[in-house]
Amino acid sequence: MTEFLQMGGYAQYVWPCFGLTFAVLIVNIVTARRRLTAQLDALRLQQARQAQRSAQA
Amino acid sequence: MKLPAWLHKFASPPHVYGFAGALYPWLLGLSLVLMAVGFYGGLVLAPADYQQGDGFRIIYVHVPSAYLSTAVYALMATASAIGLIWRMKVAHAVAAAAAPIGAWFTLLALMTGAIWGKPMWGTYWQWDPRLTSELILLFIYLGYISLRGAFDELGKADRASAWLAVVGVVNLPIIHYSVIWWSSIHQGPTIKKLGSPSITMEMVWPLLLLIFAYSLFFAAILLQRLRAEILDRERYSRWVGGVVQATASPT
Amino acid sequence: MKPRNQRMLAVGIILVGVSLAVALATQAFQENLLYFYSPSEVLAGEPPADRRFRVGGLVEADSVQRQDGVLEVEFRVTDMEQSLKVYYDGVLPDLFREGQGVIAHGNLQADGSFRADQVLAKHDENYMPPEVAETLAKHGHPVDTAGQPN
Repeated sequence: MTEFLQMGGYAQYVWPCFGLTFAVLIVNIVTARRRLTAQLDALRLQQARQAQRSAQA
Repeated sequence: MKLPAWLHKFASPPHVYGFAGALYPWLLGLSLVLMAVGFYGGLVLAPADYQQGDGFRIIYVHVPSAYLSTAVYALMATASAIGLIWRMKVAHAVAAAAAPIGAWFTLLALMTGAIWGKPMWGTYWQWDPRLTSELILLFIYLGYISLRGAFDELGKADRASAWLAVVGVVNLPIIHYSVIWWSSIHQGPTIKKLGSPSITMEMVWPLLLLIFAYSLFFAAILLQRLRAEILDRERYSRWVGGVVQATASPT
Repeated sequence: MKPRNQRMLAVGIILVGVSLAVALATQAFQENLLYFYSPSEVLAGEPPADRRFRVGGLVEADSVQRQDGVLEVEFRVTDMEQSLKVYYDGVLPDLFREGQGVIAHGNLQADGSFRADQVLAKHDENYMPPEVAETLAKHGHPVDTAGQPN
């Protein structure tokens, strides 16, 4: 296992590359989801305002 | 030239919104499983290289992201051209959704390449044709994103940024052929479209699997982002009202 | 003409125009885009004498000389026609070895040798396990470490 982690002496180059890759994958999943929920929230707010306005009228 | 009627029906915003949502979890799940297999193959099963030792394993994260960086741009430029010519809203939405993903993978390709270059070439960065044209690709993505942000009106943002995407496509052949046209520190392509790859079977299968897995991952994220882009463009249409009511507030 | 076809034409014209402009520009700057010179070009006096430039080629077999106790190394870079003596005082990259491609950045000295302040290794696109490389060498097909012809 330690041999695997040492990557033949290239550990300081190999592992940061894989770490950066996982970080980018996670960031993509999270930001895409966040953008969709934010959009839905904004539309819900817009709908609620409209309903309020038509109730007043 | 007219687009076929079925394509118009297929590309109607509510239809795309629906199937993007249905497809997303499956694509994401499959891509993550295939990535796990590919990384295991690349890190554990593949033998060390005769010159680079275990350092060559960086290829398994560098090449797939570099591949995506240009493939995503090609898709974005195509979608932009379709959006401009046929005034198709969904095509503009696809381009807008693809840009941030492409930018992330371009950045990743540049960073993993720099880290790989340090021990092997002896430098993180050189103003070399391949490296420089890939950096320009990142700037085009960022320019596209900030150009979109500069407009208040979505339709104007779509058209202006689409022109930038179409013009920027000239950079793609420059990236691809930079290692052939000019003397470069970067090696030629390992996997050529025609002809056998200059890499043994036991090393190449995880790489090909990972390129496929990354593509599926991109498709999944694209669909998720596309849903947000479609909602933005269709905010006043009736079907969106239904969608919003159907999704109960999570907060 | 229909507006749709007009837009199609506009996209086409702009794309062709920009491609043409970029192609002309890169043609014009071809000289500056040249990343390194070959030893033959250096010996023919092509690179500017008063500026730093890069030499690229293969490290000639049996040409690497190191002295004990000092970092300085001396080797010849060849393009299979001519070769150039290079002095370098620094850490060499992992892929530096005889027969491997290198790019040296520095100045030409009065005696015709090259003083490098940076030596980079150029890698080829071949990847294989050591056993495969050995088998290839045994059967008289040494791996082409020269990489792509440039």
